[in-house]
Amino acid sequence: MTAAAEQASAWLRNFTEQRPSAPWARELKAAAFARFGETGFPTTHEEDWRFTNVAPIARTVFSAAAPAEADAAVLAPFAEGVRLVFVNGLFASAASEVPPGVFAGNLTEEAAAYLGRQAGLDAPFSALNTAFLADAAFVRINRGVVVEQPIHLVFLTTANGVAGPQAAHPRTLIVAGPDSQSTIVESYIGAGSYFTNAVTEIAAGPGAVVDHYKVQMESLESFHVGSVYAGLGRSANFTSTSISIGAALARNDVTVTLAEGSEAGLNGLYLANGSQHVDNHTTIDHAKPHGTSRELYKGVLDGKATAVFNGRILVRKDAQKTDSKQTNKNLVLSDDAVINTKPELQIFADDVRCTHGATIGQLDAEALFYLQSRGIGKRQARSLLTYAFAQDVADRVRPKPLRDWLERILIEKFHERPY
Amino acid sequence: MALLEIRDLHAQVGGRELLKGIDLTVNAGEVHAIMGPNGSGKSTLAQVLAGRELYAVTGGQVTYQGKDLLALSPEDRAREGIFLAFQYPIEIPGISNQYFLKAALNTVRKHRGLPEFDAMDFLDYIREKVDLMKMETALLNRPVNTGFSGGEKKRNEIFQMAVLEPTLAILDETDSGLDIDALKLVASGVNLLRGPQRSMIVVTHYQRLLDYIVPDYVHVLAEGRIVKSGGKELALELEKSGYAAFGIDEVEEAVGKA
Repeated sequence: MTAAAEQASAWLRNFTEQRPSAPWARELKAAAFARFGETGFPTTHEEDWRFTNVAPIARTVFSAAAPAEADAAVLAPFAEGVRLVFVNGLFASAASEVPPGVFAGNLTEEAAAYLGRQAGLDAPFSALNTAFLADAAFVRINRGVVVEQPIHLVFLTTANGVAGPQAAHPRTLIVAGPDSQSTIVESYIGAGSYFTNAVTEIAAGPGAVVDHYKVQMESLESFHVGSVYAGLGRSANFTSTSISIGAALARNDVTVTLAEGSEAGLNGLYLANGSQHVDNHTTIDHAKPHGTSRELYKGVLDGKATAVFNGRILVRKDAQKTDSKQTNKNLVLSDDAVINTKPELQIFADDVRCTHGATIGQLDAEALFYLQSRGIGKRQARSLLTYAFAQDVADRVRPKPLRDWLERILIEKFHERPY
Repeated sequence: MALLEIRDLHAQVGGRELLKGIDLTVNAGEVHAIMGPNGSGKSTLAQVLAGRELYAVTGGQVTYQGKDLLALSPEDRAREGIFLAFQYPIEIPGISNQYFLKAALNTVRKHRGLPEFDAMDFLDYIREKVDLMKMETALLNRPVNTGFSGGEKKRNEIFQMAVLEPTLAILDETDSGLDIDALKLVASGVNLLRGPQRSMIVVTHYQRLLDYIVPDYVHVLAEGRIVKSGGKELALELEKSGYAAFGIDEVEEAVGKA
């Protein structure tokens, strides 16, 4: 058998050997697997994957993730509030106390009406995720309900005695009712060598406020491909914050579709060192008039790390009075790190305001000298300035436990605490 | 023994020689003014003494407290008691002024064999300095120099100097860009810090600053050399007759920015 045929048959074997699906999910999963069979894994010949070579994923034979015992508390960023834990894609522990008007648990048939609506099956990794749909995090917030505490979804992948790399396909579905308010934190963590292929779908009803965080802290031997799809109702307000720190190869996609008067804020922070590769692709689809979007992605690259930022902003013909601003800033600490940054603006309306800017810079020599001239050692000065660069994204993290955790991580990364 | 001995100091940037043999001796407690037109090398001298790597020292020696100053890193010079008040203080968004000062003060204290300050000790210490320098406490919580007015930046430099208590302070055009009220404030801060154990090198283009910070010695720098030295009356003479009377041409500013 050729390598390609061997992998295809491994995916087929994994697909057919799954636990029996719920009847309502069978058709969707079969369609998804068929779709993935047609496209296969993307190659660097495709524009969306030009700088990210997924051959290391495509040529690995993964076994389906097996149930495992794991102490998520040790690894998860914080333990306060409502929390669902998934280990190797399987539902492991439920939220202790769910506030009234909220459902947070494993997937139920009620989700069928929403599942796949945002994600579709066109993106190969999303199709693959859907084909392996089993357990999933399902969060529903009823109309007008305000949830104070963040709802924390933890996805842990661990080899735990199983030989060879495993693939897990975490799935999240968030249905935010009209005028509801909620904060969702997804954490991806793990140990060993594995492949996480995550898909999150968010349906925000009219006037809903959703503050979404994705924290990617996977093992440094792992692959992480994750897509967040959000569909916003009229005047909904959605904020996405994507923190990408772990994985040997990470690809984070965020796709947001706005309705009339809705607001989207996309924040991102990516840190890569050694031979890590991190790719952030965002798409903001202004489908209707009077939408506002603000995007700030910042990256810190060291060693031989490579990074990609591709920010697509689509303003459709109808979407007059769109107000959109995109910023991507990169701090490159070594001579060997590489960043490819590309804004991609497609504007079909004529009465809009869209701005974008990208910078790639090194630590400012004058600022370094300024700190040194006050007695601060060169290494500490570099750490301080690096922290200072990342600070404004960290400041936008609203849940305090998460912000504290992130600051701790940044300090550990950069050895210094500037406040 | 002199505090600072500069002998035949040469320095260049990008192959262009900016200091062409400087000789200067500063004793403990003395205030020396270095005057000169734009491009004379006075800012270069200030930055070379503080250890800016941008400038290559191509000849000469600098001895500070008996040590070879040129062999020390910028941070070690600071820890040994040298302080440069920048002509253009750097803005550092994302680091609070207070944190920055605490980090700086503790590295300096550690180097001097003193115990590091914890948050409480530091606050007590800093409050004293805030009162002394008549600083607005709000500036402490703001990011370093970020969004500060020109006057606030210069006062912040002198405030840092008060906190770090240097042995040799180098003031690089601390008067530039200040109106007369701001200038008086900054100068009175500097005067409070004068003492028998603290020497100063005050670099300026204009005599005006020296009305408020009265020097013991004045040196006129032109084209990378000290062409005239004297007492404080030399500054007044310069003010009256201008640099041209000394046969000095004003040339385009060549230093200060990389």
